[in-house]
Amino acid sequence: MAAVTLLEARGLTRHFDGLKAVDGVDFDLEEGEIHALIGPNGAGKTTFVSLLSGRIPVQSGTIRFAGRDITRTPAHARVRAGIAYTFQITQVYGALTVFDNVALAVQSRHSRRLAEDTTEALTRVGLEARADQIAGTLSYGHQRLLEVAMGLALKPKLLILDEPTQGLAQGEIETFKDIVRGVVPEATVLLIEHNMDVVMDLAHRITVLNFGEVLATGTPKTIRADKAVQAAYLGDPHAAA
Amino acid sequence: MKLDRALLLHLGLLAALLAFHFAAPAYHHTNIARIMVLAIYAMGYNIAFGYTGLLSLGHALFFGAGLYAAGLLAYHAEGTAGTGLIAGLAAGGLVAFALGLFALRTAGVAFMIVTLMFAQAGYLTVLYFGSYTRGDEGIVIPRAGRMLGSLDLSDDNTRYLVAFALFAAALLVNLWLARSPRGRIMVAMRENEERSRMLGYNPFTVKLAALTISGLYSGLSGAAYALMFGYAGASLASVQYSILPLLYVLLGGAGTVIGPFLGALLMFYLIDYASSVTDAHQFVTGAALVLLILFAPKGILGTLRERGLRWLP
Ligand SMILES: Nc1ncnc2c1ncn2[C@@H]1O[C@H](COP(=O)(O)OP(=O)(O)O)[C@@H](O)[C@H]1O
Ligand SMILES: [Mg+2]
Repeated sequence: MAAVTLLEARGLTRHFDGLKAVDGVDFDLEEGEIHALIGPNGAGKTTFVSLLSGRIPVQSGTIRFAGRDITRTPAHARVRAGIAYTFQITQVYGALTVFDNVALAVQSRHSRRLAEDTTEALTRVGLEARADQIAGTLSYGHQRLLEVAMGLALKPKLLILDEPTQGLAQGEIETFKDIVRGVVPEATVLLIEHNMDVVMDLAHRITVLNFGEVLATGTPKTIRADKAVQAAYLGDPHAAA
Repeated sequence: MKLDRALLLHLGLLAALLAFHFAAPAYHHTNIARIMVLAIYAMGYNIAFGYTGLLSLGHALFFGAGLYAAGLLAYHAEGTAGTGLIAGLAAGGLVAFALGLFALRTAGVAFMIVTLMFAQAGYLTVLYFGSYTRGDEGIVIPRAGRMLGSLDLSDDNTRYLVAFALFAAALLVNLWLARSPRGRIMVAMRENEERSRMLGYNPFTVKLAALTISGLYSGLSGAAYALMFGYAGASLASVQYSILPLLYVLLGGAGTVIGPFLGALLMFYLIDYASSVTDAHQFVTGAALVLLILFAPKGILGTLRERGLRWLP
């Protein structure tokens, strides 16, 4: 893989009342890769990607994205710059139709082909037949897929997925894996995931976070062999569930 | 705009109101003219509250800005109805934009309080400059100031038709907005601000635009009210006039295009009827509202939309 850096975080830090949720993290994303972010619950994964997406302000450290310093850029402007974030806790517009949910993502990037692009994004996740349904009446799994469709419809340079397979059935997980494989290499994916099969299947590289710090970064193979990671995370079957 | 059942419904309402002009008894004729002007105000309120989720308690400031822009121009500067309407529109929009720059830094209860305070400051300003505004007593707008070209707004028939024209324009713009991509963004902001932010929308500018449009409607309505009924007084800029459009919108259905008109119509006649049978008419309207909130919190059209009329914009 040609190592063109898309995103570069240096010394990224965020504490909550003394709790070191993210503490001095250095992190690089290469263009076109699927990068998995793993670590036990409470390790700071969601907080870390929230700093990248701008949902939570950075306390100290810097973020560069596509050659630009975005450390202080507001969240909505980062989305326009190409960073899409899908929420760990599903946040679709429950009162609106499936179509409107995705259309809102499409029109955010000023597409001239609103209906076509919306249908295309829905087709990619297999929800095109449900376009007129009220999103709040979808099953949980379909709401997760709708959330992914909204991310895809933004046509981002970087798609951040926060535990997208949580609560999905096995069949839905396979669909999801195909979707993510189809996103790269045009876009880059940062994937927070607890399901180690999904991680090992999809990820080109893995970063392990523990107590707000990077424990290790490397290919799936090196991570699997890493003693510190095994001790902190992989060795404990409950944490990996 | 596509000619579908939603558009047909709205055109049908306009046709009915126009037909009413030729058929109505004088008493109701005047009432409906007044209701149409107030409905423009309520539509404006609905754009902020019903569509965008901004619960303001200070819209009397925008209504008052339009009212006094037109009233003072006509009273002190020999302005006519044409300049008055344009000045009212501009004043409502500008004041709403300026207020939004401050108030939209807050949300929820804080936003309610800030808008209430600003509107109260506006009301007190009217009283403070009593030498120009004549305070509570108000100013009576001279006949010359109520001329729209060759149209005399003090004439009943002319007044109805001009009110109708303004109402029709406001309604169709509202319908177009509600069904446009911009309308969808406003609703998205109401439904889930955080999600909207993470789709690339700046909550502050989306709300500021909605509030400004809302102010344009309110200012136009205030100016029309002053010019058509020939009077501008401080009571029309009081807190009661901030609550009124909220009640209309809640009754008719927040986030529906016809809801504000329907609410204004029903509320007007409810108060009219209640005050004819009892001195405690405020009690009757209060009770009606409590019942409404308990049994149809989405208002009449909001409830209908939920029960199957999903296409209702
Ligand atoms: N807004 C917040 N306020 C206070 N503490 C928080 C907040 N968000 C997260 N935390 C804490 O920060 C730590 C990291 O949380 P999080 O980033 O959600 O972890 P993960 O996604 O890896 O499970 C946890 O201890 C969590 O309780
Ligand atoms: Mg998390």
